Amino acid sequence: MLFQEIVFWILAVVAIGAALGVVLIRDLFRAALLLVLVFVAIAGFFVLLSAEFLAVVQVLIYAGAISILLIFGIMLTRNVPQGNMANRLQIPAAVFAAMLLAVMVTVAVQTEWAGLTGDQEDIASFVQTSAVTNVSAETAAPALAVTDLTVEQHDSVTNAGLADLLVSDFVLPFEAVSLLLLAAVIGSLVLVRSR
Amino acid sequence: MSLEAVLIIAAILFAIGLYGALARRNALVVLMSIELMFNAVNLTFVGLARYIVPAGIQQDLGTLLTGQVFAVFIITVAAAEIALGLGIVFAMYRNSESVDLTDAVELRN
Repeated sequence: MLFQEIVFWILAVVAIGAALGVVLIRDLFRAALLLVLVFVAIAGFFVLLSAEFLAVVQVLIYAGAISILLIFGIMLTRNVPQGNMANRLQIPAAVFAAMLLAVMVTVAVQTEWAGLTGDQEDIASFVQTSAVTNVSAETAAPALAVTDLTVEQHDSVTNAGLADLLVSDFVLPFEAVSLLLLAAVIGSLVLVRSR
Repeated sequence: MSLEAVLIIAAILFAIGLYGALARRNALVVLMSIELMFNAVNLTFVGLARYIVPAGIQQDLGTLLTGQVFAVFIITVAAAEIALGLGIVFAMYRNSESVDLTDAVELRN
């Protein structure tokens, strides 16, 4: 537990420091590299929050694909010497962001969150850790033995994979997001095509 | 490592991204700041999915993963956004040899 706490706060410092660097540093290329650092730190948070699948996806898509696209963009637009300048709205934007931050922190601290009870905590960490695969009943048995579940709950635990949810309960948003991705790719092809 | 700590860190990241998106002149930095905000929201979703009881937990334990499913969708939307955003930036650069957003005033007046 203590080790997790230490890692968590190191990741927090790294993420916030690198995020500040992204918006404040003058050199665009370094800003993009710091953005990769933020993405990796967030993947670390996902591991700590028992979302291992999302951590892998985060590294693949953000730290891999999106940052490469951004670095390509920086290289191709040759605006590096001019760098990362602020516009006239710098102070109002900083004030606005600080006010929004104050509101969000107040809400996060003052809300009384209905946390998980001890039993639910065990089930939750088990379900979320096994989210990637469909755990067989034999593998699940020791973890479930500590919690007295009904048969239906037992089945729903062993069938609660992330992929199953995506093609059962969330199949409509899943298809919609596929269409959105296709439309976005075609749209960007149209935008950058040479006439 | 509590829910409040996760939420506050995500809020700080979101505020930094918001400042960057509003106050920077380079279109690529604005895109990077928007990615920061997406990541902050993702962190919030995963944190809430880890620490909070969903309403339907008695019927279906799969609801414990709802936050992670939403994070998957947000990652997809962010990928679509960056593809389109870079397309727009390149089109803008080809037209005016600049990615400075304060120069993008063709539609003014």
